[in-house]
Amino acid sequence: MAEIIEMPKLSDTMTTGTLVNWLKQEGDSVSAGDMICEVETDKATMEVECFEDGVILKLYAQEGDSVAIGQPICAVGEKGEEAPAVESGGDSVSSGDDKAAQETESKAQPAQDEASSQEPKQAPKPAEAETKAEDAQKAEEQDVEDEEKAADTTEGPDIRVSPLARKLAKEKGLDLTLIKGTGPAGRIVRDDVLKAEKEGTAKPQPKQAPAAASAPAAPFIEEKTFKVTNMRGAIARALVGSKAQSPHFYLQIEVDGKPITDLRAALNHKLTNLPPEQGGVKFTVNDLILKAATEAVRRVPAINREWKGDTIIQHGGVQLAFGVAIDDGLLTPVIRDAHAKSLRQIAHEAKELIGKARNKKLKPDEMSGSTLTVTNLGMFGISDFYGIINPPNAAILSVGATVKTPIVDENDNITIGYRMKVGLSGDHRVIDGAVGAQYLSALKDVLETPSVMLV
Amino acid sequence: MAVITYRQAIKDALAEEITRDENVFVMGEEVAQYNGAYKVTEGLWTRFGDKRLVDAPISEAGFIGLAIGSAMMGLRPVVEMMFFSFVYVAWDQAVNNASSVRYMSGGQINVPLVIRGPANGGTNVGATHSHTPENLVANFPGLKVVCPATPADAKGLMKSAIRDNDPVFVMESTVLYGEEGEVPDDEDFIIPLGKADVKRKGKDLSIIAHGRSVLMALQAAEELKEKHNIDAEVVDLRSIRPLDEETIIESVKKTGRALLVEENKPYSGVGAQISHLIQRRCFDYLDAPVHRLSAVDAPAFYSPPVEKVQLPEAPLIIRETLDMLNVKR
Repeated sequence: MAEIIEMPKLSDTMTTGTLVNWLKQEGDSVSAGDMICEVETDKATMEVECFEDGVILKLYAQEGDSVAIGQPICAVGEKGEEAPAVESGGDSVSSGDDKAAQETESKAQPAQDEASSQEPKQAPKPAEAETKAEDAQKAEEQDVEDEEKAADTTEGPDIRVSPLARKLAKEKGLDLTLIKGTGPAGRIVRDDVLKAEKEGTAKPQPKQAPAAASAPAAPFIEEKTFKVTNMRGAIARALVGSKAQSPHFYLQIEVDGKPITDLRAALNHKLTNLPPEQGGVKFTVNDLILKAATEAVRRVPAINREWKGDTIIQHGGVQLAFGVAIDDGLLTPVIRDAHAKSLRQIAHEAKELIGKARNKKLKPDEMSGSTLTVTNLGMFGISDFYGIINPPNAAILSVGATVKTPIVDENDNITIGYRMKVGLSGDHRVIDGAVGAQYLSALKDVLETPSVMLV
Repeated sequence: MAVITYRQAIKDALAEEITRDENVFVMGEEVAQYNGAYKVTEGLWTRFGDKRLVDAPISEAGFIGLAIGSAMMGLRPVVEMMFFSFVYVAWDQAVNNASSVRYMSGGQINVPLVIRGPANGGTNVGATHSHTPENLVANFPGLKVVCPATPADAKGLMKSAIRDNDPVFVMESTVLYGEEGEVPDDEDFIIPLGKADVKRKGKDLSIIAHGRSVLMALQAAEELKEKHNIDAEVVDLRSIRPLDEETIIESVKKTGRALLVEENKPYSGVGAQISHLIQRRCFDYLDAPVHRLSAVDAPAFYSPPVEKVQLPEAPLIIRETLDMLNVKR
């Protein structure tokens, strides 16, 4: 008896998975525990395990297909057995559109409920009767107009033009897109066409440069359309949700970058060339900042909070997420219990997580459960910026480049400074400006006296 | 040309046709000795006697059936409905038998019958007495329907109806009976069935109407010209079936816009039929969607203040026109 293998739910937020790669083909033998394919979810690319013994009878999903959870991807059975037909054949592989449609449908529901809840209207007062009756006479017309208007918004840039105006414009060789409509809902009517003709305003534009010009220039960059990947979709949903739900406020503090640069230089000078077993390691600026950010939480724990609607949780440990830019997106792996880890451990873990992120090998649990997030664009020469809060965090730090710049020192001399700007976007539901300011101030203190991180 | 009432015009038509053709007779409830419930036949019994003015019992199915039989035998009966709403009790005779005889006899037998009477709402006589069944009757092949709006049309169409060899329904209006207008004196003045009349020339839109709505349209057109400089053409259908399609098409092609007005109910109303005609034949000439005004889609309201607004009056026609032309009101 053949078993149908369905698209598994590989992460808590997964609704569809993209079948990236079949590791087995039709006819191949499989046994329980074999990996049969790779699936890209909204968070990572993962292998799917087979729990059956037998032969792959049929692959229902092709590489590149987006498959909803629970939809069949392949059938496993005995050699020579007929593969079961799956419902609606190839269409069982649902596309993202279906999901979107379902979502729209479910979203439409409350609107209907709202409408029906307004249903018990009061009987019209006598004074209203006249208007009501007139409205009823016009009701049919109104429905039509409403429909036209509704169609308008979905149709996009289509222009509204009466049949007569369209015919006239064609006869007179006028470009309807250059004519402004004055009819109901902006419809172009006869008079608009006649006016445009009189004023000479709707002559079609020459499509190309004069003949003297050489052949059309080669495209500047390649023009193409991309399918939204699961990751991009997840980023879009998470960040739209964050911006929509968390009232962001923004703070920035300028830090003397010299001490931390010096510390990093000193550490790396001694440790870079040692073999790992002797403690060899190379720290990045980011490693030091991650450690400093964790240390600062110790001083201002209120930053480590989470909005829960009715309650606010203050987390007991720092689960520190940091942004990793990858080819077609951004991932935020999490250093677990960063507060309990040394600079060396943090550096080691960060490096490992970055590697996994770039190879899309991060597991969902390596990207969830953060309490604070650090992003850093310093390596791109960005001096200051603000991040969008990574839910469910209360804040996100944004670290800029250390910039050499003239400063006034404590003796009022103009001297060369190494300045680093650190921004904070805070969720005002959870924390207020003062908490954010205290936290940034603590962070500045740690960064400017970085030896405190070593104890 | 004399100025007479719509009522007088119909009476003149009946009298002239009774005089002209010995086969013509008028039959109905109270049409003879009582002079007619709405006095359309006033004095005709005295003038022409029992044979030409026949009081019928309260039995529409009976006397319409009798009229059909007499028409099949060569007479030319004119049957009055006290209210056109009463025709429903004789529906089988009026629309089934009357419409089918010529067809089913292979053209050997004609039914030169006229059924006439008031078919209008707006007079506080209640839902069962306020029907405008011109669209229903027009749905039957073999029947003809006219709805005169003016005294001249009433006379001309009535005479044509009596002279026509098929069943013709002449739908009058109690509201119009007192309306005055110029009517040609000529005894042979007739208006052919199936000829619409452009009652007012215009260039900005065609208001197409029949019956009392024509008067509302003319009234609206005056104000549209005066206050908004909009030049409405008013087309009076006069005849619902046969329908003068060419006059409608010619007008809409000229103006590019059509507003259909009727006191009929909207659902499957006359306007629906004309609306189809216009989109089919004038599509490339349309500068706006076809708009329709009709009675509020409900049984005739009895409450006088509400009844007033069930039928489309001039202000509503003005409002609709301004919307069509996107003019602020």
